[in-house]
Amino acid sequence: MELLFSLVTGVLSASGIYLLLRGRTFSIIVGLALLSYAVNLFLFSMGGLHTHAAAVIGESESPADPLPQALVLTAIVIGFAMTAFMVILAIRARAELGNDHVDGKQGEEGETR
Amino acid sequence: MSLLLIPLLTLTGTAIPLLTSRFGRAYCTLSTLVLPVIALALLFSYVPALLNGETLHVAWSWIPQLGLDLAFRVDGLTFLFALLILGIGSLIIFYAGHYLSPTEKDGRFLSYMMLFMTAMLGIVMADNLLLLWLFWELTSVSSFLLIGFWGHRSDARRGARMALTVTGAGGLALLAGILLIGHVVGSFALQDVLAAGDQLRASSYYPVILALVLLGAFTKSAQFPFHFWLPHAMAAPTPVSAYLHSSTMVKAGIFLLARLHPALGDTTAWETSLTLVGLATLVYGAWFALLERDLKGILAFSTVSHLGLIVLLLGLGSPLAIVAALFHIFNHALFKATLFMSAGIIDHETGTRDIRRLGGLWSLMPITGTLTMLAGAAMAGFPPFNGFLSKEMLLTKAVATDHFGGLGIIIPILVLVGAILSVAYSIRLVANVFFLPRKVGEKTEEKAEEPVHAHDPPKGMYLPGMGLACLCLLVGLFPMTLAAPLINSASLAVQGVNSPVFHLALWHGLNVPLMMSAIAIGLGITLVWRHERLYSLAALLPTRDAKDIFEKTITRVIKAAVWLTLRLENGSLQRYQALLLMSALIMTALGLRQLDNLTGAAGLQPIDGLAMLGAGVMVFGAIGSAFAHRWRLVSLLMLSTVGLLVSLTFVRFSAPDLALTQLSVEVASMILMILALFFLPQRPPRWVSTRRIMRDLLLAASFGLVIAVLNYALLTRDTLSISEFFLSESVPGGGGTNVVNVILVDFRGFDTLGEITVLALAGLGTYKLLNRLRLFKPSGNLEGIRWSRQRYPLIFDVVAQIILPLALLVSVYIFLRGHNQPGGGFIAGLVTAVALLMQYMARGYEWTSNRLPISYPVVAALGLVIAVLTGLGSWLFGYPFLTSSFGYFDIPLIGKTELATALLFDIGVYLTVVGATLMILVNLGSVTTIHRPTLKSSLQSAPREGNK
Repeated sequence: MELLFSLVTGVLSASGIYLLLRGRTFSIIVGLALLSYAVNLFLFSMGGLHTHAAAVIGESESPADPLPQALVLTAIVIGFAMTAFMVILAIRARAELGNDHVDGKQGEEGETR
Repeated sequence: MSLLLIPLLTLTGTAIPLLTSRFGRAYCTLSTLVLPVIALALLFSYVPALLNGETLHVAWSWIPQLGLDLAFRVDGLTFLFALLILGIGSLIIFYAGHYLSPTEKDGRFLSYMMLFMTAMLGIVMADNLLLLWLFWELTSVSSFLLIGFWGHRSDARRGARMALTVTGAGGLALLAGILLIGHVVGSFALQDVLAAGDQLRASSYYPVILALVLLGAFTKSAQFPFHFWLPHAMAAPTPVSAYLHSSTMVKAGIFLLARLHPALGDTTAWETSLTLVGLATLVYGAWFALLERDLKGILAFSTVSHLGLIVLLLGLGSPLAIVAALFHIFNHALFKATLFMSAGIIDHETGTRDIRRLGGLWSLMPITGTLTMLAGAAMAGFPPFNGFLSKEMLLTKAVATDHFGGLGIIIPILVLVGAILSVAYSIRLVANVFFLPRKVGEKTEEKAEEPVHAHDPPKGMYLPGMGLACLCLLVGLFPMTLAAPLINSASLAVQGVNSPVFHLALWHGLNVPLMMSAIAIGLGITLVWRHERLYSLAALLPTRDAKDIFEKTITRVIKAAVWLTLRLENGSLQRYQALLLMSALIMTALGLRQLDNLTGAAGLQPIDGLAMLGAGVMVFGAIGSAFAHRWRLVSLLMLSTVGLLVSLTFVRFSAPDLALTQLSVEVASMILMILALFFLPQRPPRWVSTRRIMRDLLLAASFGLVIAVLNYALLTRDTLSISEFFLSESVPGGGGTNVVNVILVDFRGFDTLGEITVLALAGLGTYKLLNRLRLFKPSGNLEGIRWSRQRYPLIFDVVAQIILPLALLVSVYIFLRGHNQPGGGFIAGLVTAVALLMQYMARGYEWTSNRLPISYPVVAALGLVIAVLTGLGSWLFGYPFLTSSFGYFDIPLIGKTELATALLFDIGVYLTVVGATLMILVNLGSVTTIHRPTLKSSLQSAPREGNK
């Protein structure tokens, strides 16, 4: 299970990073979202992978580590705020520059170096 | 205490010329002079103690952690230098008052001079090496200001830059050397360092320390091959040259050598390097002084040569040679300052410093001529001037030296060559300017520039020089009275008990040095007489100016820097991204090397089919969204599957709170991104080069691999957790059984407060960004098919209305149970936001706004205020910020219920989440309507704006 889990975080972050390296703002937003999934899963897994062990007192014998969960919960919400800001920034950039290239290149030419 | 007054007086003196310059030149100069003269008088009050060989100290702790103390001392060496700094400094300030033209900013100039004087005093008085270095750098900076005083001239700017670069670089080397000394000795206090000479010389760091300190000293004192900045510093106003570049600053390096002689001296490495560098500088400087045609250039190269002479004397190592070095420091300062001042007078009167265009000035300027001749004779080493005395001492020591064994004969020979050249350039200078007729005919138009107006300057300009010139003669005639006590106390400070008993006199009997002096004078005169031959010889030698090498090096360094900067910073964000990721990758990958084996000791859990399926879908979704990135909508849909499965993963691994949060955030952010697609281009961007894709794939894949390896390695290892505390304290301390929620609102409530603040700020930021947006509004898809005109589908509308109360009810339920069961303010807030959002989507912005007249920024702000007030509330009861309390109450109809202040805090969280989320989404949605945000409306209630 651990192998599977780390495989997923690896693939998620690899896809996220590939998208981060693209030249269009929307790809970057999607890439950041993927990367934050990966990071959240990674952080969350620091408490170990437990089944049927919600961190609620009285529900289970050995509850899972609640601290990474609390950290990741706020990370998800902050991540949403960040994504929202990025999205609006992308829209604004498009409006100002007339295109959605990260370097503000005019026209629809291909991604540059 | 009164020791500190000396530098304090001159430091205060920097302000005086700035304040008094408006009252006129004479007033400004005289008022500036007051403080240095008082300082000089103060200095003389120490004479009785100093003559007994005493050292006076005063110290305050400044930064004890660094070993930096505000410590000053006065000993014989300090006195010698302080006398030159204050004495010659005062004369030159007096001179400068007459030298500067009436329109120049004398206040600024004199203020710089006083700053420099302070810095120089600091160097010679510092009793702590770090303090000494601070003042050392201050001299570099103030000399930069002074050399570049005529900043409108490019040669002044270039000279100032060059001097700063060379002496600044040397200063850094010196700092490194001082730090190493402190490392070896364990203290930066001068008396500790001077007492630790044996320890330093035995240390394995000694060669490095010596090299660094010598680098500092040689750059400052313009020793070969770092001499080149000094002639270029002649672009400075002449008072600066007279003060900094003859008598004081260039002697700072020599001062340092003399000061550190007890700590670092008396080794073969010390003596060899000083002797060789000194000899080279002596001959080199003298040779170029003879070839130079600029009056100040001659003096500059001669200064270089004389500084080399002093360094040579320090390197010869015998006690008497050090006495001779100290004596020559004094003598050189006297005659060179005089010569510079008269060069300034000549320049002032004739408008040129080129000796080919000068000549026959004796009849016009007899007083200037006299003082130039007196000082020139001292420079040449003619008896009975002071220069003769120290030169005789040098010749004696050069003949007697035992350096370099059989090759040692080269030292007296080269010294003799230097002496011959020095006689020659001195005579040439005086003769060309005052006696020989001008070399007319070189250029015809020069005839028109006959300096007919040249005459002796006002008294103020020649009196300082005259005083110093007379002193040259008097010291030569009565050395035992005027100089010996001074030199003796300085020698005591440098050499301690080794300081020899010496006798300064003109006549030592007929001996080899006297013969050499005679030869030098004879050959020197011949050399001037046959100077045509000399120039033809000089023309044969390659002239490689060190300045060109310096400037070429600087240009090359700048080019390399520009090249590197352009490589790293070519304006492409993608390039930066790639570089950053690469460095992060390398750092992390290097860290992984420390793992002994990949799989840790904790063991693995079995894989089940459902997990396999889930993982497969996530991998597919992730790769799919990357693969399909050009088709934005497809990419987004792929992303959403990953998001949903992440939420399921949380469910699977016992994190219900996370699953709920992820799910509701997922809904909100998908709505947001689909909305965003409307404003972004629809057309897929072009493919990029395959090479580029390969590079990015490789980078991404290696990054993913490193993360996977890291995650796997961590998962298979047992980790120490601090969560025992939270689990055991959750119920008794926080009053809730849902530990995650208790952590959020109670244990780590302050963190949460920060986080909801960020959320609210992000919401506010989008307001500004959406303000006055220029829109690209497509009306159809890429194939040109128009979008449906039915904007609000009926089924959706009906369902949304039915769901709204249910959804709100659910959110209240989730909120209330949050403290004990999965749920809480964050999740409830997101559920509410999504439910309200659905109304906007179903019926449009206007319809909903009219029925829901809420200003979301106000909601978010209200939430923050509630959260903060809850925290502050605990202060009322004398507890720290955000201490929670709870109790169980009987409420009619509901029964026994727990009420906690944490619940209030959670209400704050809830409101902030609702406010911020809707602020972002509704605002974006409103952009296409007439209610788009403007600055004015952003703080008012949105619907009221719509009603107008």
